[in-house]
Amino acid sequence: MIELTHIHRYFQVGEQTVHALDNISLQIKKGEYVSVMGPSGSGKSTLLNVIALLDKPSSGRYLLNNRDVTQCSDDELAKIRRENLGFVFQFFHLIPRLTAAENIEMPMILAGLPVNERKRRVTQALASVSLQDRANHRPNQLSGGQLQRVAIARAMIMQPEVLLADEPTGNLDSKSGAEIIELLENLNQQGVTLIIITHDQSLGDRAPRKIRIVDGQLK
Amino acid sequence: MFFKDILAQAINAIKSQRLRAILIILAMSIGVASVNVLTALGESARRYIVHEFEALGTHLVIVLPGRTETTGGSPPLFGETPRDLTLEDAQAFLHSRHIAAIAPLTIGSAPVSFQGLERETNIFGSTYALRRVRHLTMAQGNFLPEEETTKARSVCVIGQTIRTQLFANKSALGQWLRINDRRFRVIGVLAAEGQSIGVDFDEMVIIPVEQAQALFDTRSLFRILVETLSKESMTKAVEDIKNIIKARHEGEDDITIITQDSVVNTFDKILTALTLAVASIASISLAVAGVLVMNVMLVSVTQRTAEIGLLKALGATKGQLHGLFLTEAALLSIAGALTGLLIGQIIITVLQVTYPSFPLQLPWWTLLSSLAVSLVTGLVFGLLPASKAARLNPVWALTKR
Repeated sequence: MIELTHIHRYFQVGEQTVHALDNISLQIKKGEYVSVMGPSGSGKSTLLNVIALLDKPSSGRYLLNNRDVTQCSDDELAKIRRENLGFVFQFFHLIPRLTAAENIEMPMILAGLPVNERKRRVTQALASVSLQDRANHRPNQLSGGQLQRVAIARAMIMQPEVLLADEPTGNLDSKSGAEIIELLENLNQQGVTLIIITHDQSLGDRAPRKIRIVDGQLK
Repeated sequence: MFFKDILAQAINAIKSQRLRAILIILAMSIGVASVNVLTALGESARRYIVHEFEALGTHLVIVLPGRTETTGGSPPLFGETPRDLTLEDAQAFLHSRHIAAIAPLTIGSAPVSFQGLERETNIFGSTYALRRVRHLTMAQGNFLPEEETTKARSVCVIGQTIRTQLFANKSALGQWLRINDRRFRVIGVLAAEGQSIGVDFDEMVIIPVEQAQALFDTRSLFRILVETLSKESMTKAVEDIKNIIKARHEGEDDITIITQDSVVNTFDKILTALTLAVASIASISLAVAGVLVMNVMLVSVTQRTAEIGLLKALGATKGQLHGLFLTEAALLSIAGALTGLLIGQIIITVLQVTYPSFPLQLPWWTLLSSLAVSLVTGLVFGLLPASKAARLNPVWALTKR
């Protein structure tokens, strides 16, 4: 479902051109569990951003569900992200003034879902990450593990096919990190394509398919 | 995304920045309040003055000697003419069916004295009809007697200021007042005119017109005040006056005719322009408030960069981000406008209570336009920050915390 062909991505940094992605060709099938590893500056975040449609490749072709997304406009990409992709970030990225429930609700608000449907799904989502009793807490009243669980609930609320996680345990202690990984792997077992970026070797090794990227090239 | 949700999100964002919101609302409300109060003052001054002029007599025609080709300027005070406007001319006006009364007017300045107290003042030479034409009221005694003007006696009517200055505690009635080298018996005292515009009757001494002509050694009249039968007969009366003067002045209507209407209209226009000018000056403060809204919204976009990046990742389109930030700016502006209306109304009420004689009122169009202007200001100045938010690169935005 994800099909990258000869993807290049250049960045202009001052006078220098940085070749962040160098001829990447990659296919990821529906339901796969992939880890992307590499030293910092290797281009793994850029790869994730390209897959996530947050960044456009300088050249190459990207087919998502057989649709050439390199030709899409910004607003079309926004809709594809909304419907097909879920994000989990290292720094959680919850909106501080909104409660856990409201944060989870946000993608559905952007998608224009009716209020009843939103309420129903939020209750379900909170239950699935065992945070029913934290629905009305704001991010500053929650622990790191809880924050990441809220973020996962938010990522999954639109029932996307792909879940992209950028260092999801990078900011957590090992116990809550393990809980988060378990939660993500559970989702993968339910059929969600899971792509995790990490530089934690033991975490990367859990994935059946391991991708290693160095200097913008797949190894 | 529903409008209701956009509204809820915008309100939520405003609530999370209370102090900032209060400051914007304050700035906006000061702008709106000052526009409203100043417009109310200007508009009320206009109505007050127009009303005052109309109180002088709604169907008054003023005839001046000499013809000046006026092209919309203010009426000439002293016409320059080879032919004088005389008492006989004035008398001839009475032949017109459309004229109810005439009051010829001679004006001059002369020393007025009583028992060693002396001052210079304006002397009005006129007839019995002046009282009716200018709606004068008497405090004591009588106005000039109604009689054939040629047999005028040496009597005078004085204003309140003259009375207090020259006669102090004594009764003025029946006393002999010396004007230049002539003596006039005081037969009446005018009621204090207070807030009459134009001529200050409180400083006035009125004597029969023939006496005044003799006093100032002139046959020419300063002007003739004509009261027509009705407002409708005004144009006909003007025609009649021109014809009568033509007949008497060898075929030339060498006079200038000012109707009460045109004076009122002129003042109306001037004061409307003044009101608009004052309102525009006040609206500068609205523009300043608009810049403040923009500034605060720009800071808000910068502070919420990560949030905007997140919303983009979650699938917010440019239109939605525009909507969110514009709604925020619009809400702040509306809140400011409403607060401003309230403050303005309070100030106006205070002024109304303090100066009950001044008819202070806020015209309804000001309410609507200040609301509209502040809303537009908010939106216009919200546009830049909103499009900045919408254009943010999500990858870059997400790295900000």
